[in-house]
Amino acid sequence: MTDVQTTSPADAVAAVTDPTQDIAGRSLWQDAWRRLRANRAALTAVALLSVMTLLVLFGPMLSPYDFDYTDWDNVSVAPSFASGHYFGTDFVGRDLFVRTLEGGRISLLIGVVATLVSLVIGISWGATAGYLGGRIDNVMMRIVDILYAMPFMFFVILLMVFFGRNILLIFIAIGAINWLDMARIVRGQTISLKQREFVEAAVACGVSSRRIIFRHIVPNLLGVVAVYVTLTIPQVILVESFLSFLGLGVQEPYTSWGALVNEGAQQMESAVWMLIFPASFLALTLFCFNFIGDGLRDALDPKDR
Amino acid sequence: MLRYALRRLVGAIPTLLVLITLAFFMIRVAPGGPFDSEKSLPPEIEANLNEAYHLDEPLWQQYLRYMGNILQGDFGPSFQYREYSVNELIAQGFSVSLTIGGTALLVALLVGCTLGIIAALRQNRPTDYAVMTLAMTGISIPNFVVAPLLILAFAVGLGWFPAGGWEGDSLAKIVLPVIALALPYIAYISRLMRSSMIETLRSNYIRTARAKGMPERVVILRHALKPAFMPVLSFLGPAAAAIITGSVVIEMIFGIPGLGRYFVQGALNRDYTLVMGVVVFYGILIILFNFIVDLLYGALDPKVRYD
Amino acid sequence: MSANNLLEVHNLRVRFATQDGEVEAVNGVNFSLAPGETLGIVGESGSGKSQTVLAIMGLLAGNGQASGKVVFGGKDLLTLGSRELNAVRGANIGMIFQDPMTSLNPFLRISTQLTESLVAHRGMSKKEALARAVEVLDAVHIPDAKNRVHYYPHEFSGGMRQRVMIAMALLCKPQLIIADEPTTALDVTVQAQILALLDELKRDFGVAIILITHDLGVVAGLCEKVMVMYGGQVMECAPLDDIFAHPRHPYTRGLLRSVPRLDGAGETRLATIPGNPPDLLHLPVGCPFSPRCPDVRDLCRSDRPLLRYQDADSARACHVPVEELT
Repeated sequence: MTDVQTTSPADAVAAVTDPTQDIAGRSLWQDAWRRLRANRAALTAVALLSVMTLLVLFGPMLSPYDFDYTDWDNVSVAPSFASGHYFGTDFVGRDLFVRTLEGGRISLLIGVVATLVSLVIGISWGATAGYLGGRIDNVMMRIVDILYAMPFMFFVILLMVFFGRNILLIFIAIGAINWLDMARIVRGQTISLKQREFVEAAVACGVSSRRIIFRHIVPNLLGVVAVYVTLTIPQVILVESFLSFLGLGVQEPYTSWGALVNEGAQQMESAVWMLIFPASFLALTLFCFNFIGDGLRDALDPKDR
Repeated sequence: MLRYALRRLVGAIPTLLVLITLAFFMIRVAPGGPFDSEKSLPPEIEANLNEAYHLDEPLWQQYLRYMGNILQGDFGPSFQYREYSVNELIAQGFSVSLTIGGTALLVALLVGCTLGIIAALRQNRPTDYAVMTLAMTGISIPNFVVAPLLILAFAVGLGWFPAGGWEGDSLAKIVLPVIALALPYIAYISRLMRSSMIETLRSNYIRTARAKGMPERVVILRHALKPAFMPVLSFLGPAAAAIITGSVVIEMIFGIPGLGRYFVQGALNRDYTLVMGVVVFYGILIILFNFIVDLLYGALDPKVRYD
Repeated sequence: MSANNLLEVHNLRVRFATQDGEVEAVNGVNFSLAPGETLGIVGESGSGKSQTVLAIMGLLAGNGQASGKVVFGGKDLLTLGSRELNAVRGANIGMIFQDPMTSLNPFLRISTQLTESLVAHRGMSKKEALARAVEVLDAVHIPDAKNRVHYYPHEFSGGMRQRVMIAMALLCKPQLIIADEPTTALDVTVQAQILALLDELKRDFGVAIILITHDLGVVAGLCEKVMVMYGGQVMECAPLDDIFAHPRHPYTRGLLRSVPRLDGAGETRLATIPGNPPDLLHLPVGCPFSPRCPDVRDLCRSDRPLLRYQDADSARACHVPVEELT
């Protein structure tokens, strides 16, 4: 819009300017970093999330109780510092503070691991399809299209019901759903990267396809992937919570935020803390991830601002 | 146009084929059977039941039989609710789910678009920040957290709406489920609408409209609304699919006899035909909805031609 | 400047608030335009020529702020409310933009985009407006206008779309048309057709034109007065013949030397002006052109030269006397 930026190739005045003298440029990443640092919401989210991670990892040590210890003297008691049950206890007298943090470990772990699973599958699939192109690309993306139309949530529910509720299965199931998006994004990026000079140069030098994909193309996808990862982790945590809420996720005595919210929702009229604490932890974590993801996207692609 | 519709229909066949096959074998490979829970069943009666439902045939024969039935639009009898056919159960549940899901989608569309436009017009001002923070909250708080909180506040606390159930035909019973279901989509749509409206308002043709001296109302409603709405329209396909999934939880929480509840109960009871029926029905629904969205897209965008 | 001027611009400034600080895109521009007169504003990217006219039309981007005075029809456009401004835009001033591909709304039929301004400004019925729209499309030589008026923009070629844009600007019979690089995005042959069309309209309708371009050739064919801008400031302003025959500013001279000439005997290489267009964030304290000027003096680096009028039509902003220029 401002003609400060428009330089049309037909610019006759371009002949007037001397191209040898260059204006000092900033790299994309420097620019992105500068913009991210200016985004207070995203920075706050990073700080909060770090605190959350530390709390989830080391917080249980601050409590005298174990996550599966039943305190028969304090069943369904409200939060109190005197009893050492900072968040109160559940209907069988287990300490909610420790269980909330324990649940957080599992939720975060599933979020990260399942995202990594989808990342590995998605990048390999998308980069291969995009790079090889032609018939192979057609077939590979047609498979993605077909899988995309599946009501996958229902398959995951079936999987959980029929094959038992084990964590490994949850990782695989969730990871297997989410790779489709990644594959599409990566394929699109790969196709545009493929036409860039440095890839053509590598081809001209006789570098193998495999090496070009993983050495030259994948590293250049990092920006998109970073945004995608920060936005996928909360989705995965959400899916796991959803399953756990239906009673199909993590099994007793282990727990996750979704499972805790489920228990809390059933007791909410008598023991509202059972719902409030895990629900706020879950919401806060999702909030942070979403803000970071948004911040990263704006930083890397600032057209919205 | 007709040829396009036909081509889309043919294109959906492999998708449906994969869907049915995957669901069929996944269910059958799993341990356990539909009559396991009824332990007192004498062996000869179980054998009779198995025969009646063709469970004694080899798997591939059952598969072919099922395919044949589906082609005739018959999802078979339910194993659990023996006096009903799956078709009847689906029809019953779907009308309930459609009421909630359809209303939620409509509410999300109207509220989301309005909020998004308001935020775009007040870009980087307090109203914008308020709407966007609200939207982020809507995205971050899952609906199975929102639903109990809504019940706690408006049903248990204030007593305005029933906490659940589907008895009586009062409008009040659908208010809380619809809000809980629509909230995240209000959030998504308002964010989408905001950024697309901001981008549209920056485009050259909006500058042209302003240069012509068109009042701001005309610029927004006649010149910017349609182009800005297109990304929202494309989102409606996936959104509808997700609302269907989301309604599973909402139906469980509010005790609503919809399709989602039939599905979960069917899965827990190993009601093969019911589960299969619901999954296939959902698959068809999603395909159909995406098709409708594409048609709408073509109707709104003059550059799209079907030939 | 006389009272019967159509447009008078006094000390126009445009500032943009950006993340890197405040950018001065236009810095104290003055000019006037008589009815029926054609002014060419020439300059390279970042000279502020586009922002000058966008400011006149009240079309600056959201972070832009204009100050000074823009008097049109006895009113200062910069102080008008949106309703009064809208009554002028499109009705008394028409605007043609650079890129006909993106300047028409792809979702609306040409007929809608043409008739709406007649309905709004002239109070015509839809039917009258459509008849007038067809008439103007005929005037800009769009064949089969009666049918094509119902087309969507993507059904026209680039040159045809620019004709539609011109028709759109002409609809309400404005006294002034502002054309911001109307031919830049077009093929060379189409460029010539569009310029011929503008010339024809100028004669037939007696409309005043402000033509913004970086192409001195375009100016030569169409304008009576030329204003040369650099770094947001007017460098020189003079009647067309004087600009070409007796350029009196080092920048204008540099521009003219870098235009390829068919009769260019002697010189084998096209001259360039060394250096880059100015960085608007860090303009020099003195003359914006001083870093690239062949005739630069110490005074040029420390003091900004003011635009001084030699007579009613000619002005220049340069510390160095004309006789001493290379």
